[in-house]
Amino acid sequence: MEASNPKGSGQNPLEIENIKIVLQGNEACAKGALQAGCRFFAGYPITPSTEIIEMLSEEMPLAGGAFIQMEDEIASACAIIGARWGGKKAMTATSGPGYTLMQEAIGYAAVTETPIVIVNIQRGGPSTGQPTMSSQHDIYQARYGSHGDYQIIVLAPSSVQEMYDFTVRAFELSERFRTPVILLGDEIIGHMREKINVSSGPLEIAPANIISASSPQRDFFMGANSMVEGQLHDEYGRRIGHLAQKSGDFLQLLDRKILDNMDEITSIDTFCMEDADVAIVAYGSVARPSMNAIKLARGIKDDRISTKFKIVRDVITKGVPKTLRTDYSHLKVGLIKINTVWPFPEEQLVRLAANVDIVIVPEMNVGKYCREVERALCGKRVVSMPKSGGDIHTPREILDRIVEETGLKQEVGDLE
Amino acid sequence: MAIITVDKACCKGCDICFSICPKKLFVPSKIRNSYGTNLPEARNQEECILCGMCERLCPDGAISVIRSEDTKTEGEERHED
Amino acid sequence: MNKLYESYIKTDSLPTLFCPGCGNGIVQIAAARAIESLGCRRETACVSGIGCSSWIPCYYKLDVMHTLHGRALAFATGLKLASPDKNIIVFTGDGDCLAIGGNHFLHACARNIDITVVMVNNYIYGMTGGQKSPTTPLKAVTKTSPFGSVDKPMDGCALAMTLGASYVARWTTAHPVQLERAIAQGVKHKGFSFIEVLSQCPVQAGGNIHGTKDAATILEKYRTGTYLWKPAMAKTGSPEAAEADTFEAQGKTKIGLFKNDEEIEEYIAKVEEKLADKGIERPEMEK
Repeated sequence: MEASNPKGSGQNPLEIENIKIVLQGNEACAKGALQAGCRFFAGYPITPSTEIIEMLSEEMPLAGGAFIQMEDEIASACAIIGARWGGKKAMTATSGPGYTLMQEAIGYAAVTETPIVIVNIQRGGPSTGQPTMSSQHDIYQARYGSHGDYQIIVLAPSSVQEMYDFTVRAFELSERFRTPVILLGDEIIGHMREKINVSSGPLEIAPANIISASSPQRDFFMGANSMVEGQLHDEYGRRIGHLAQKSGDFLQLLDRKILDNMDEITSIDTFCMEDADVAIVAYGSVARPSMNAIKLARGIKDDRISTKFKIVRDVITKGVPKTLRTDYSHLKVGLIKINTVWPFPEEQLVRLAANVDIVIVPEMNVGKYCREVERALCGKRVVSMPKSGGDIHTPREILDRIVEETGLKQEVGDLE
Repeated sequence: MAIITVDKACCKGCDICFSICPKKLFVPSKIRNSYGTNLPEARNQEECILCGMCERLCPDGAISVIRSEDTKTEGEERHED
Repeated sequence: MNKLYESYIKTDSLPTLFCPGCGNGIVQIAAARAIESLGCRRETACVSGIGCSSWIPCYYKLDVMHTLHGRALAFATGLKLASPDKNIIVFTGDGDCLAIGGNHFLHACARNIDITVVMVNNYIYGMTGGQKSPTTPLKAVTKTSPFGSVDKPMDGCALAMTLGASYVARWTTAHPVQLERAIAQGVKHKGFSFIEVLSQCPVQAGGNIHGTKDAATILEKYRTGTYLWKPAMAKTGSPEAAEADTFEAQGKTKIGLFKNDEEIEEYIAKVEEKLADKGIERPEMEK
């Protein structure tokens, strides 16, 4: 039996026994948080993340947790850090302008090693930008938004199922590595609806060994007299900022805590890479049209697009239908879908792209993440495929670019 | 009877204790505190009325007033509004 | 050092970073005594912002969160909601609370959330070297008002009362007994408790604000330059009101307990009541 959107049903979200459910991306994120054991949410409404705060305003109390709409995003980010030290797993959700406001708090969570999850459902920026349009503008900000040297883990979901799964994973990673984790969604994924599998009960998030640089690991009110300190500190929370050697060592520890565990943290999905000459490196919603472009190129049948093999009937744009008939049989293209966009999975990417000649990086920004790809795969031909404005790349656009870059012959023919 | 000690390591030489003791028991001694200034000492400790203001007003908790067996309690009974 | 100090203070972190004669030490001892008198040490945690007074709880042998400038109340709100049966004491300063923290102060008061706030007001930004703060007196010369401040100083207590705090008091470091009592009352009080403490900053505020860098002299000024507020002073036309007017005209600052309302419903209580009204059963959640 499949349940429809249960928002407003008043049903305890933990008692959902149906395992297939149609949800909006934002709703899936909220559900994932609850299933992961999140019992505190503080937030501020902002398009296009508002569905998350709205759903949790009802479901968080139902699940026995605490919900509060704070006065601004700064307060929201601070409140979730406070709540985590009070023993409750905590999350907030926002978009670009709010995410910018949270940067100081993110740095604080990083240096105090507080496990929190922050969801950024990206919209067009900068500033007020494009409140209702999608983008991937914040990819660098997710990594480098706060001042100072710190590491952070950033997950980029590309489907409603991943909004659910990656939110759960975000809590796991944040607890395991005692670090803030960013779920970098975007408006397309946040607002789309798909049928997904959800767990039929609360999940066990029990971190194996807690890895920590030198912040107290005991929550408050456990008799540990924990000292949570924003200055660089020793394991007792005493500041060491005036000692250059110790400070450097501490920052190194914070770094290594994450970077030494890339194998555990990194998650990359590949599609058709076994024999690929061309690779698309994509993250977030852009992975979807990338996947479809590959299916088109490889002739993999997909009910959702034209069943005509090798002919693509395009969405009519500006009244000009385009039909190209191309022989793709020599084209071997694959997808490298990066789920953990930060820390940048350099080693893994080099390995996966070892046998390709061309790498194409489509992004809904001016071409940012491709710089990392370029750097990692130095020597290979890396092609940036930026798209600004809010429309996502179409499979056709990506396919056309692949064709262009590979110099494949095209024949213009009649529509069959 | 009170035993009043001033901790050399805590005292920063702010001189508050000199003025606020109602019996003016604190005077500079010849000992230096860790801060490098004169450590106060309490003389005529038998005149201490145990008001406890020195303990409350020394910002560094350096002053300790220990009450011994046969002491007056008028200082402790006094309440301010 | 005295027994209480030794019991509450992390002695291996001494000496404190406070300057000689700083009022923060006096507030620190008063708050420790208040916690001790309530016997609630195990159920108490402290949150502070950034500034000299925000260092007060950092020396306590308690759970302490030393957070971001102006944001202590936001952190404390999260901590309180996650552990509603515990006591949260926030230490903040005039700049931390009324300038950068203004918005959070506004909303914490309005919520009347059960947190106790000790705002140490030394009329200056001491930690950064003596710049003006929202409470710096008119015409005072500071590092950022070299020609004399043109701003009318803010009254934190008046703001708190207007915004909805249910326990509001002001004392000074020259009134350590009353201060201790007020902090204890504030912690016991179920609602937002705001306790302002006029405190001396001999090094940065001494010269410009008080005319002296001697801590004991500033304490004496706090004793003589304040008057005790009585509820009757609120009655227009009463002799007490006339008395208050005289004091105000003399430039004295009113101190005392301004508001203590047990009837105003506290935030968490309101939320729980609403949920219970709707028949929502809240399962017992484990950490």
